[in-house]
Amino acid sequence: MNIQIRFFGIAKDIVGGSTCELLLKPPCSVATLRKSLMTLYPAFGDLKSIMIAVNDEYATDDVQLATSDDVVLIPPVSGG
Amino acid sequence: MVDKLVHISDKVLDVQRIVDLVHSDSAGAIDVFVGTVRNSTKGKKVMRLEFESYDIMAIKEMQKIINQAKIQWPVEKMAIHHRKGILSIGEVAVIIAVSTPHRKASFEACQYAIDTLKETVPIWKKEVFEDGEVWVAAHP
Repeated sequence: MNIQIRFFGIAKDIVGGSTCELLLKPPCSVATLRKSLMTLYPAFGDLKSIMIAVNDEYATDDVQLATSDDVVLIPPVSGG
Repeated sequence: MVDKLVHISDKVLDVQRIVDLVHSDSAGAIDVFVGTVRNSTKGKKVMRLEFESYDIMAIKEMQKIINQAKIQWPVEKMAIHHRKGILSIGEVAVIIAVSTPHRKASFEACQYAIDTLKETVPIWKKEVFEDGEVWVAAHP
């Protein structure tokens, strides 16, 4: 299954763009996606944290992904 | 004129307008936090800040902060406005205003709001120095 992922902040710099599409074997959870991203882009391992948002909400590792989901990688936030 | 309690803007934020938004005749206190752009970090001169926001989710998370504050304190109204884009030294990056019947709750609710915003709201800040740039708090 194809999962489209969006990136912000430092994640955009690491990936070299604001989106990427991954081909993953279903069923695919947030944990699986996280592992794939870490393998593809080892620099994510240097960050303080990596959260995944699914459809504009923080998602826990057990959440299963569908191709229609809006998936966003959230590097450590620094607003304020 | 923006009269939303929760807002992300690429235009200058107006403190008075946000104070007016939370005014309530049954509130005896309004506490306001204004976050501004500092000219240095760890002794290094900062030229400007660049804020990036995941708008839809950031708005949702800011609304959650207000909802949570209302559970914990007798909040009449709370407003959170955040800037995005390029900000110069001294510019206002965030304003939080909260009205409560008495002052103690307004201090506490406002502190809760800014502390939580810094942990949960998907907004990112890049510090631009004379010799480079750094995404704030990205690395341990």
